[in-house]
Parts: sequence; C-alpha cells; structure tokens
Amino acid sequence: MLFFLLRRLVFAGFLVFAVSSASLLLAELAPGDYVTGTLGFSATPEEMAALRARYGLDRPLAEQYVDWLARAARFDFGRSLANGRPVADLISEAAANTALLATTALVLATFIGLPLGVFSGARAGGVLPGMVRAASVFLLSMPPLLTSLFLVFLAARTGWFPIGGMSSIGPGGPGGNMESFEYVAIDLLRHMVVPVLALALPLSAMFERLQAQATAEVIAQPYVLATLARGVPRSRVVWRDALKAALRPVASIYGLVVGTLLSGSFAVEVITTWPGLGSLMLNALRARDVYLVAGCAAAGSIFLAAGTLVSDAALALVDPRARE
Amino acid sequence: MSRRPALHAFTVQRLGASVLITTAVAALAAPFVAPHETDRRFPGLLNAPPTAVRLRDAAGSWRAPFIYPWTRVSQLEQRYEEDRTSPVPLAWLATGRLVASSDDGRAPLLLLGADSFGRDVFSRLLFGARLSLALALLAALGATLIGALLGGVAGYVGGVVDDVMMRASDFVLVLPAMYVALVLRAMMPLTLDAPAVFALLAAIFAVVGSPFIARGVRAIVRTERALDYAAAAASLGAGHARVLCRHLLPAARGFLVVEITLLVPAFIVAEATLSYVGLGFPDTIASWGTMLEDASNIAAFADFPWLLSPAAAMFLVVWGLNLTLQNRSAGAQYERLM
Repeated sequence: MLFFLLRRLVFAGFLVFAVSSASLLLAELAPGDYVTGTLGFSATPEEMAALRARYGLDRPLAEQYVDWLARAARFDFGRSLANGRPVADLISEAAANTALLATTALVLATFIGLPLGVFSGARAGGVLPGMVRAASVFLLSMPPLLTSLFLVFLAARTGWFPIGGMSSIGPGGPGGNMESFEYVAIDLLRHMVVPVLALALPLSAMFERLQAQATAEVIAQPYVLATLARGVPRSRVVWRDALKAALRPVASIYGLVVGTLLSGSFAVEVITTWPGLGSLMLNALRARDVYLVAGCAAAGSIFLAAGTLVSDAALALVDPRARE
Repeated sequence: MSRRPALHAFTVQRLGASVLITTAVAALAAPFVAPHETDRRFPGLLNAPPTAVRLRDAAGSWRAPFIYPWTRVSQLEQRYEEDRTSPVPLAWLATGRLVASSDDGRAPLLLLGADSFGRDVFSRLLFGARLSLALALLAALGATLIGALLGGVAGYVGGVVDDVMMRASDFVLVLPAMYVALVLRAMMPLTLDAPAVFALLAAIFAVVGSPFIARGVRAIVRTERALDYAAAAASLGAGHARVLCRHLLPAARGFLVVEITLLVPAFIVAEATLSYVGLGFPDTIASWGTMLEDASNIAAFADFPWLLSPAAAMFLVVWGLNLTLQNRSAGAQYERLM
C-alpha cells in the first residue's frame, strides 16, 4: 500500500513538472510574443527590443527555461507580464474559484446521481425509473458548453439567478448590508447556481447511468435472490448490500472525472464569466503571457494529480483488489 | 424481473436514427434547402425573429403558404411586428431552391430569425452543419488512423516500444482534452484563414483523440496476436505489416466504429468551444461555433433565443447518436464529450 502511494506521488510530481514545462515551452515557441501583442504594429524595432530586454524575453529559450525552472523549484513562478503581479497570487485566487466550482459540482452530482442510479437500476420496469433513464440520456447529450448556454438563457429570461461573475458586491449591486457575512455568502451561492448546475447535470447523469447498470447487474446475482428468500427486506438489500457491491464502476471513474471537470469548467467559466483558471489561462494564452500560462498549467496539473490520488484511494477503499 | 419490451427500445432507436438522418440530409442538401446565402445581409432586419409560415390570412380565408413582412417597431430594442396588410407568397423551387420568399427584398423567409448582422440563421445553420460535421468526421477518421497505427504497432511489437507508447498515451489521457487542444491551438498564429483553421483544428483533434483509440486497439491486437490464426498467417509467410494490417487490425473494427461515434460529437463540441472563445473559424465563416460566438458578443440569448439554435442542433446530433447506440458506456460518452 505504501509503495502504491509512493508510486502515485512520483507520477504526480512528474505530471506537474512535465505539463508546466511543456506549456511554457509551447507558449514561448508560439509565433508572436507578449511584446508584439501589446505594442502593436506601430512600434519601432528599438522599442520592442527595449521591452523584450526588460521582461527578459530576449534571452535564448533554454536560458529562460532553466531560469524559470530554478525559480519554480523555490515556488517563485515569476510575474505576469500583463499586470506585473506575481503569478502565484493570480493563480491561487483563480484556482480557488475553479476548485470551489468543481468540488461543489462533484459533490452535488454524486448525491443526485448515485441514489437515482440505485433507484432506477433496482427495478427494470416502471414509469418513474424510465423517466429517470430518459432524463439521463437527455443530459448525457449535453456537454457543459450547452448546459451553461441554456442555463444562462434560462437565468437571463427569468431573472431568478445572476447570469455571470462571482459576486454583485460593489457599485450597482443590490442594497443591504454588503459587508455582512450572510450577505456575501448568499450572494456567492446565488452566483454559483448556474455554473455549478451546468457542470453537475451531465455529471450526475453519467453517475446515474453507471450506478443503474451496476446495480442491475448485482441484483441479477443469485445471492441477492437467496438473501431475499431468507426474508431480508428488499430495500435493505438494495440500499445496503447491492449498493456496496455496485460502487466499483463509479469509484473507478472518479479519477477521469477530475480531468473532464477541468475541461468542462473551461467552457462553463468562459460562458458564465466565472473568474477561474480557465478564463485566466485563455487570456494568458492570447496575450502570450508565458509565465502565467506555465503557472496555470502547473495549477491545473496539481488538481489532476490530487484528483487521481484521491480517486485511487477511493477505489482502494471499495475494492481491495485495486490496492495491489 | 420484467424487461422493458423490445418495441420500446426499437422506437427510441428509430427516433434517434431519424434525427441523425435528417441532420445529415439537411447538411448535404444545404445549397438546395437553405433559402439564402450565408453572407447575405438584411440590414433592416438585425436580430429579427423567426418568420411564421401561415395558411390563413387576416380576413380568415385559407390560401397557399405565405408570410408577412416584418416591420421594425423599435430600432433601439430591435423589436419587430408583422405587417398584416401585405402577405407575401412563398416561391417553391424557384432559382434552384426548395422554398424562398417571392419578394426577398421586402420579406425574406427567415425560418430561424436573423442574427446581429441581419443574416438568415436557418441558412447559416445548414451550411454551418456541413463545416462542423465535416471537420468532426475528418478529425475522427484522422484520430482512428493515428490511433490504430500506434496502438497496432505497440500491441504487435510489445516490449519496450509498447511500454513507452502506452505510458505516453496514458499521460496524454490524464490531461483535460480541452486544455490540450486549447494550448496547441493557441500556439499557432491567432488569426488564420478558414482553410488553415480547418486543417489545423482537424490535426489537433486527431492528435488529442488518438490515445483513446491507441489504448483500445493495442489491447485487442495483443490478445488476437496470441491466437492461432495469427501464427498460421505468419507461418504462411506473411510479413509483420501484413499480419498486423490484414489479420489483426480487422478484429478491432467494431471497437473503432464505436470510438468514432464517441469522438465525432466530442469534436463538434470542441470546435464550438474554440470558436466561442475566438480561436476557431473567422467569424465571416458559418460554423456552429462561430454562430454561437456571434450570439455571445452581445449576450443576447435572452431577447433573441433563436441565436441559440446551433446549440440546439449540437444537442440534437449528440442525443440522436446516444439514442441510436444505446450500448455504449455512459462513462466513455461523458469522458469524450467534455
């Protein structure tokens, strides 16, 4: 078990290193750099050279990379070229926002998808399970890009929820005591509804389908029939014994979900203007803000690594065979 | 335990298949079905709502299908009202089109309304379908080719080659596909013309999608390789390439078909996402992604919901596929699509 965890940790470290290095190098190699983007066509070559020298962009690529690596090893990820703030500060805010979105969506989807899956998998016929199933197929056909577009449309049309951003505090916000903790919390929650649902709906549909299939398979086993014949109540068999035996498919997909949640949250963040890693990375890529790109990639890969670690642990918990 | 009757599943499958076939036919026949060119602008009809095709006129008498012209009530809010006094008949099969308005200047047939430039959304949707679907299909075929080749070689050769290739593909698979595509796309010049964008996006999607295929093909080739028929082919003098391509890879056919049906919708959505953030096709070109981008520029969904029709079209394609092919795993569907 210890060796297993150690190996995963080494993989995680390699992941963070490789992903951030690769994105830094790709961003440096890309045609055009930050200077051409900001100064535009009218700039003289001298002006551009001066600005490049100021940012250290005129040095050879290898030197820039080694320098960045040496500083990154001391947790100094450089400064954003665009606004001069340390990359680490910019990223920790954005990463926290993305993490808030992704974990809320994951928890919500688990609590919606799993019980519904057990419910619809435990009985093959019936109107209600059929409706759950149809709803799942419907939602599985909607990637977060589409769910967020439709939810933003719905929110804008009805005015029930804010359609973008993270808070309406500041000028133009609704009245009331904007300093109080309750106000801030409720405001944040209201802004979270659209992006979280956009991520969570397709995810819960996927959990529901997987759990339903697994439950149906377990319930068809002879030992379940034997248990029922001994007089154990059906609800107890379904919700305790079969649930435990059928958890493996969902548990093993958790590792993948982290990656797809990051992918999905990109579309959601852009559409609902949620200030997370996705929007930050997009802007950094567009402006060729190289250190910020590398920093975003590093933060994203830390998420991935953490997610795979947690999911491996979860799988080991429900399935002893996975520990070897 | 009673199973759902077979008839039901069959009906659902037929529903899905008919959605897909309708989309494909509409895309193929776009020059015939679409009433307008994609870049035709109606300057007086920015964000005009869909034209209703009517059978009864204001006096209550029945007549051949006709439409009313839109008159602008408020230029600022872009509100329009039907001009009930002057019905315009539809012209069928005139000028090589299935149906169009008989007086395009005064009352164009806008079945799904007009966008913010006054262009016909329905016509753009049909022509956009050609671009978006062709890109997704081509990229899926490319991914299949690359993936089958890499996976086949890894499974056939085994040893160090296999180890290295599978580690590499595992590594790529862990990464969020959208970000990989985004970084690769952003590496290239940000503004390109349409053919360059098409080639570039197809190449990027093919590379990003190929590890899924390589992983599966490798597993299939590895098990098939140990079977007698592979040994028989080799002993008859077939070379490595022939054994792999003629005898082993055909065993992966079923897998490849399923993978393609998973990748195509994923690539449609990926194109839309990249175009939405301005890294896809230039906005003069009609694709489902550029149409969504146009809708986003003014955050206009709430007042002009017909601008969301490419999103609805995307949903219909994916839903149609999911209804038609119900035996694909939900996990794989979700994983590819995001």
